[in-house]
Amino acid sequence: MPASDLFQEAERQLIVCNACRYCEGYCAVFPAMELRQAFTGGDITYLANLCHDCRSCYYACMYAPPHEFAVNVPQILSEVRQESYGRYSWPASLSRLVTSVPMTAAVVVAAVAVVVAVASLLAGPGRVLSAHVGPGAFYQIVPYWAMVAPGVAVCCYWVGVWIAGGTRFWRDTAATGRAPAPVGAVAGAVWEALVLRWLRGGGPGCPYPREHASYARIVWHMLVFYGFGAAVASTTIAFIEQDLLDRMPPYPLLSAPVVLGTLGGLAMIAGTCGMLVTKAQSDRAPASGPTLGMDYAFVVLLGLASLTGMLTLVLRETAAMGIVLMIHLGVVAALFVTAPYGKFIHLVYRFLALVRNQVEQREADHHGPA
Amino acid sequence: MRDGTPARPASGDPYDVIVIGGGNAALSAALAARRTVRRVLVLERAPVHMRGGNSRHTRNVRCAHDPGDTYLSGEYGEDEFLEDLQKVGGGRVNVELARFTIRQSKHLPAWMSTHGVRWQQALRGTLSLARTNRFFLGGGKALVNTYYDTAERRGIDVRYESAVEDLVLAGKRFAAVVVRCGEARTVIRGRAAVVAAGGFEANLGWLKRYWGDAADNFAVRGTPYNDGAVLACLFDKGAMSIGDPKGFHAVAVDARAPKYDGGIATRLDAIPFGIVVNRDGLRFSDEGEDLWPKRYATWGGRIAEQPGQIAYCIVDAKTIRCFLPPLYRPVQATAIADLAAPLGLDQAVLVGTVEAFNRATAGNTAFRPDVLDGTCTRGLQPPKSNWARPIDRPPFYALPLRPGITFTYMGVAVDERARIVGRDGEPFPNLYAAGEIMSGNILERGYLAGFGMTIGGVFGRLAGEGAAADARV
Repeated sequence: MPASDLFQEAERQLIVCNACRYCEGYCAVFPAMELRQAFTGGDITYLANLCHDCRSCYYACMYAPPHEFAVNVPQILSEVRQESYGRYSWPASLSRLVTSVPMTAAVVVAAVAVVVAVASLLAGPGRVLSAHVGPGAFYQIVPYWAMVAPGVAVCCYWVGVWIAGGTRFWRDTAATGRAPAPVGAVAGAVWEALVLRWLRGGGPGCPYPREHASYARIVWHMLVFYGFGAAVASTTIAFIEQDLLDRMPPYPLLSAPVVLGTLGGLAMIAGTCGMLVTKAQSDRAPASGPTLGMDYAFVVLLGLASLTGMLTLVLRETAAMGIVLMIHLGVVAALFVTAPYGKFIHLVYRFLALVRNQVEQREADHHGPA
Repeated sequence: MRDGTPARPASGDPYDVIVIGGGNAALSAALAARRTVRRVLVLERAPVHMRGGNSRHTRNVRCAHDPGDTYLSGEYGEDEFLEDLQKVGGGRVNVELARFTIRQSKHLPAWMSTHGVRWQQALRGTLSLARTNRFFLGGGKALVNTYYDTAERRGIDVRYESAVEDLVLAGKRFAAVVVRCGEARTVIRGRAAVVAAGGFEANLGWLKRYWGDAADNFAVRGTPYNDGAVLACLFDKGAMSIGDPKGFHAVAVDARAPKYDGGIATRLDAIPFGIVVNRDGLRFSDEGEDLWPKRYATWGGRIAEQPGQIAYCIVDAKTIRCFLPPLYRPVQATAIADLAAPLGLDQAVLVGTVEAFNRATAGNTAFRPDVLDGTCTRGLQPPKSNWARPIDRPPFYALPLRPGITFTYMGVAVDERARIVGRDGEPFPNLYAAGEIMSGNILERGYLAGFGMTIGGVFGRLAGEGAAADARV
């Protein structure tokens, strides 16, 4: 539906919620809604990104379809959320293009092809298909500079788009003033993000994949998140070892980069598989169709990145290493390229929404109810 | 099973306990019965998405408790609870049964928790009841969902869209129910039964016997399935009636609310902050008599007595933000006179009413929305006793109001074991009642938030345990 209809529909539903308020124990969205008498576009964007799609409110709602009030908050907020990802990304048209499963697949294929072409050009096909061991083995396949230079360039672009989008999001969702958030509020939001405070359905877990409360979703999400964190830590340590301490990879099995990378990779594989299985089983009634495609694309990409990373490790002393490494680099490149447009950006907007929520709830505690 | 529930045998035998109804009281009865007997059947009239009767629309349960309850602040003793009940009931309280209910209410939260119910910490929005009422996490539909899940796990049979058309009795002994499901009609035998089928508030035809055509203008806030069919059947079988037939709990809801099932979102809290006029453009009641939580339950009845059962609350820009934002957009105008046409009121009368009110409140500026601020009208009939400030700052807003009927009080008489009592004064030996259908035994009128759920929980358990005991004999 067009953006204006989308916001009108979200506002209509939020007005019903604000007159009811039974769901206020589930998450941060309803207490934030209660601070408002009316809802601007910025408010709706903020609430949509504060929503973790836990779905407790849908199953508890006596106004859910087929009731004539037709309240389905997780669905409408998912739609607003996806619209906001496009709106705050630059260029917005690219966002619409990249967020579908076929387009993401195309990007992956293209990225792998580019890596293969570059590697073959620089190293020659013979070297790519033979086994390499010893310090600097990976760079026999793709030279170090050819790995790092495009990586850094894409990362800069990615972070740039995130910062620009985040800044506009923060500005648009400010109810009053534009003062920077106090340190306490940021710390509170960091904590809420790290423990996924709002993916617990107010205690019993969220009704996911179907209407019974469970911790499935929070467990899979934690595995992916902390697995990704371990993978980033592994890469950072490897960078320090190589560029500051002059120790060339591959590193021994019990070294920090390999242990962290392995744990992270396994956690991400388990987490992404769990996510995909539960998502496939999940109730479509509170879901938004287009968002599902974007979610799948991102989860599959993360899963592929960790899987190919692990395969690179396992096969690093065989002739298959070259091919697996190129596929891994291609997938990672695709992850980087789509990062400013796909589901990855939920990290930015949801975190900013958490900060905004911390700020306004602290103010409300201070001044009393609205 | 690990909780000691007996295993279920194959079907064919009569059910041990048949529960008629599908809300809080019915499921409490079924779950309580299932602790000691094998075959328990719940007959819910509604389809799955509407299951739970009016419990779907509830939010909390009133419980007596000692200090130190995580989900409740302070202490709420049995005596204070009873006093609260007597205040709203105006002497029409059965003290013995009320005391029993209140004493049992202390154990209710723990029992509910063992059956899966989750609670919500008191938040800003729930403060006025934080000491006396426990809030269900997510409200009544979440509670109902939890009870059905638990019932399913414990092997209780549930049939939806199954309306009980008749009870088969042998003398006064319950023997079977006649159930209609779609076109099919079946007889299901049982050793004992619990009737927890709610009141008759959704049956406008029945309400008309006491209210005349006025009933056509009522909105039914809860389930459309509470048409009192089983209650009427019990009266036919000789059950003793209790409670005022005209007794009901009704609040002011937005006149644009759906005819049925509008629930909590349609009620309006604007009244203490403005004035209320009827179809003739005249005030008819003191809008500022007492704090809103103590008076809001009286406004359904007040509007029901007005011509056309409609009224309009009028506020100005000073007070539009003092109450919960309404579901429907208020009618708005820059002058009082301009409100008249969209509301269909006589312009001169409406302007006259507001001017008279403004003269009687001239100079009133003190205003404290959360306490009885004593800011009142001078020399006006009817008076407004608190929060009376001139309505003079545009834009002006009007909210149309109708009576929203929540539940009825007339039901069947029960004894201290929750058995239904006949007109001869003797109980039906294996036929029990719980919940709204018998709440008139305890409180014949008046309303205390969350007390209906207390009655449903306490008498549901009692009836379920009693029926199970009968079935084992």
